Amino acid sequence: MAVLEVKNICKSFGKNKVLKGIDFELEQGKVISIIGSSGSGKTTLLRCITGLEIADSGKITVGDRVIYDGDRKEKLSPEEKRLNQLSTGLVFQNFNLFPQYTVLRNVTLAKELLVKEDMKKKKASRAELKDALAQIEVEAKEILKSVGLKDKMGNYPFELSGGQQQRVAIARALMLSPQVLCFDEPTSALDPEITGEVLNVIQGLADEGRTMLIVTHEMGFAREVSDEVVFMDNGVIAEKGDPEELFTNPQTQRLKDFLNAMLHA
Amino acid sequence: MFWTVTLSLLQGFGKTLEIFVLTLLFALPLGLLLSFGSMSRVSPIKWLTKALIWVVRGTPLMLQLIVIFYGPGLIGTWAESLHSDNGFILWLATWRSFDRFVAVMVAFVINYACYFSEIYRGGIEAIPKGQYEAGQVLGMTKTQVFFKIVLLQVIKRIIPPMSNEIITLVKDTSLARIISVYEIIWAGQAFIKSDGLLWPLFYTGVFYLIFNGLLTLLFGYIEKKLDYFRG
Repeated sequence: MAVLEVKNICKSFGKNKVLKGIDFELEQGKVISIIGSSGSGKTTLLRCITGLEIADSGKITVGDRVIYDGDRKEKLSPEEKRLNQLSTGLVFQNFNLFPQYTVLRNVTLAKELLVKEDMKKKKASRAELKDALAQIEVEAKEILKSVGLKDKMGNYPFELSGGQQQRVAIARALMLSPQVLCFDEPTSALDPEITGEVLNVIQGLADEGRTMLIVTHEMGFAREVSDEVVFMDNGVIAEKGDPEELFTNPQTQRLKDFLNAMLHA
Repeated sequence: MFWTVTLSLLQGFGKTLEIFVLTLLFALPLGLLLSFGSMSRVSPIKWLTKALIWVVRGTPLMLQLIVIFYGPGLIGTWAESLHSDNGFILWLATWRSFDRFVAVMVAFVINYACYFSEIYRGGIEAIPKGQYEAGQVLGMTKTQVFFKIVLLQVIKRIIPPMSNEIITLVKDTSLARIISVYEIIWAGQAFIKSDGLLWPLFYTGVFYLIFNGLLTLLFGYIEKKLDYFRG
């Protein structure tokens, strides 16, 4: 079953056509990596899927929610927008942690706000709210433990290394259990020697059967972790397929050139 | 004599503090509204706000005090002299000069709100876009992003320029004297006429110094309190 369906997505910035009709599907529990040179539209595609940009035309579906439909005329209610937003998660290249909050609070904040609103609507008692908040904290601690940050929960982001910060960002995204978890070059801002700790966490999530979409420049990692690799070039999907196949036997000249360039970078 | 002068100056300083506190109370939130106006995506709002800020920052506060104090009365007298039955003119004819203290408050609040708004704007625009985006992808509303994520980071950034501006405000209250509001400078000056003494006027400086010293300590404390994070 496809969790994410992207149909004929186009997006321009002014006269610059960044996406020229993107089609693909991501199955439940699978991992797709998107590779391609800078300017090929990878990040824009990810931003359209996660709601940070609005496409110009096409259709994006996550689970049973149509999160974007170019043919829809009526505006979405804020509530619907939010549900759409929550169906995907995004881990940024430069983490974007909230500097004034501890690691634990970075992870719990969004969920807390959601639960508080929910409780208010249901007119829940103070005790119920307290229970729910305690539950969130337990859950957050569990997730932080799973990304290896048990000892850092009380620290502030500036006290952590880049790799640790990115793992907090992953935990923060996981906390809301999105149906599709997206990564935008999660290791590009890291020193080479610490990319491994972040990639290991992502690999672990893949092994658990998380549905993920990863934009990356780490070819070895893409080959390892993905069920399918998508090669984007100049706003279109130039080639896609099984990672082994794609890396060992590229069909298009553009992919051959790209892989050559990556290899000798 | 020293005690008579001190008591008299303290009384004047009471008024100075009143202007100071009330200005802060109204200008701090109004400045935030104006900063939103100057960053608005609706161009008329944006340009109107920018024009207001331009006028207010581009003319002396002393002149603004005079215009606000005498302006409405002048318009009223002029409208009356027209002897028109036009409803709007009749309404203008009812205009009278503000009470002195009200005029001071109006001028100070508008003036300082404009300066504060530019400080807020600088602080808000310095927050990286990624902070807003992170909030958005975590399903927060715009209000939540502003109050839960952006605001404290903005406050941390604007404390130094704000403390500067607020210390300037303490000294600017002396301008109220120009429309005869009895604050500390007025109180000190009164001794020149009544007793031929100049030193009470010099002595007023001590009050300003002590109060600004306290403010400096307070802002230093807040800065230190917000030192626990970077960003």
